[in-house]
Amino acid sequence: MTDSAIVPSGRPEILREPIAAEAFGIVQKPLSTWERITNVGAVRKLVLLVLLAAAWQIYASHLNNPLLFPTFGSTIHAFVRGFASGELVTKSLTSLSVLVKGYAAGIACAAVLTMVAITTRIGTDLLELLTSMFNPLPAIALLPLALIWFGLGEGSIIFVIIHSVLWAVALNTHSGFLSVSNTLRMVGRNYGLRGLPYVVRILIPAAFPSILTGLKIGWAFAWRTLIAAELVFGVSQGSGGLGWYIYENKNELEIPAVFAGLFTVIVIGLIIENVIFRTLEARTVRKWGMQN
Amino acid sequence: MGSPMRNDGHAGPLLEVRGVTLQYKTKNHLVTATYRVGFDIYNSDRFVLLGPSGCGKSTLLKAVGGYMQPVEGEIRLKGQVVRRPGPDRMMVFQEFDQLLPWRTVKENVMFPLRTGGRLSRKAAQAKAMEYIAKVNLTKFADSYPHTLSGGMKQRVAIARGMAMEPAILLMDEPFAALDALTRRKMQDELLSLWEGTRFTVLFVTHSIPEAIKIGSRILLLSPHPGQVKAEIDSLSAGADGSMVTALEKRIHSMLFADTIEGGTE
Repeated sequence: MTDSAIVPSGRPEILREPIAAEAFGIVQKPLSTWERITNVGAVRKLVLLVLLAAAWQIYASHLNNPLLFPTFGSTIHAFVRGFASGELVTKSLTSLSVLVKGYAAGIACAAVLTMVAITTRIGTDLLELLTSMFNPLPAIALLPLALIWFGLGEGSIIFVIIHSVLWAVALNTHSGFLSVSNTLRMVGRNYGLRGLPYVVRILIPAAFPSILTGLKIGWAFAWRTLIAAELVFGVSQGSGGLGWYIYENKNELEIPAVFAGLFTVIVIGLIIENVIFRTLEARTVRKWGMQN
Repeated sequence: MGSPMRNDGHAGPLLEVRGVTLQYKTKNHLVTATYRVGFDIYNSDRFVLLGPSGCGKSTLLKAVGGYMQPVEGEIRLKGQVVRRPGPDRMMVFQEFDQLLPWRTVKENVMFPLRTGGRLSRKAAQAKAMEYIAKVNLTKFADSYPHTLSGGMKQRVAIARGMAMEPAILLMDEPFAALDALTRRKMQDELLSLWEGTRFTVLFVTHSIPEAIKIGSRILLLSPHPGQVKAEIDSLSAGADGSMVTALEKRIHSMLFADTIEGGTE
């Protein structure tokens, strides 16, 4: 035992009057410029992107085989050329329009299915059964069947997108509804809410973190499925989507253009994830303190 | 005047609980929470249900709230049998998560006022701000619940309940999850709010001092299953400390009589 642990006898009482908060104003710890820059998530991610691009450029230059692996520079060159000619823009817009149609239809189906599932017991069984059956089934495996049913065109692709979105969104929404706290449910019923108003005004906002997760997973599934399906055939005879652009350029051995097509797929994915979903999150679940 | 103690011409008690037996099912058992409990609540009563855990007081409150039906007996509010939850019996829960996290303090108080088109937006807003001012939260009207402390959240819940001017306000151990200092402050605030509007309140607690402080009338329940042990008057606000201690002792001996008789003391 050290001396400092021994309690001295006869310690005096200490009484103090606290100073009013107005007297000393705001006390703040100043951040250095470096801390301020590294605190921005976008900056950190941008640095990582630059490093990855540099690694790509160095490796491809070292390999020196533009047919197998073009450099970052020539990919960007093809990307800019594609954009300037307008070809990549129209292909992207074609793909995105099909995506939006399929995504919206998938969410609508999921909404109906979950609504049935939370209001009736047999509906719950149906949802559980269907999800466990169809969720593991890759959407692209349904494409041959879709081609027979809906022909060579938009219809088939929308069908497989619906399949890829529906189960992920329905499953997440349903488990979100189930995890809504009992207190909030009782509060909603205390207000006299029942049926659809109860679902819309209490259950959906309360389950929004899970619903948002479902929407994000659903979007990623839909985008993947779309590009894969487009690789098989163009959306309609004249103008295909991004997948078709990649496939065509591969046939013509325009490998930098193939990479530019893949690059566009990635960029669109990054924008939707980091701009649209991030904004949606900041305006809802983060603002409400339901997610950090 | 929009006072919360209207009786709409109904003669007799505001709330009648007659021989109510409540049961609920768990996985393996059928639990009887209360057995033939009866009491009457009159206008402007501060009626307290007091008992140890397992006496079915919260279940009883849920039944008054309309969340469950008695297997025997009936509950009548202004002569009407209670069948389902409704805004004429606003509840204040123990849990802090009873506020809707996606709405600000003001919107939380406004929400029940607006549902079913009871009030226009403007009128609801005015009423909400009036009651938020009563619980001293005007500065936080536009804050989201997750930024508030536990005591502030409970105050918002009380403001929300009172703003609806319900026939009876049901409070399920609303201060139990608060620290001791905040709890005392909230008890004083509730009493001064009551002095202002004299609303009728049914209050559930397991704390004897809280029951004496909050209640004007106290119902003592024995546990497993809950049965009425006594219904007594509490003390008025000016009662001195020795009277409070005496009543506390009396209630304590009534509630725990069995254990004393059978015990080693």
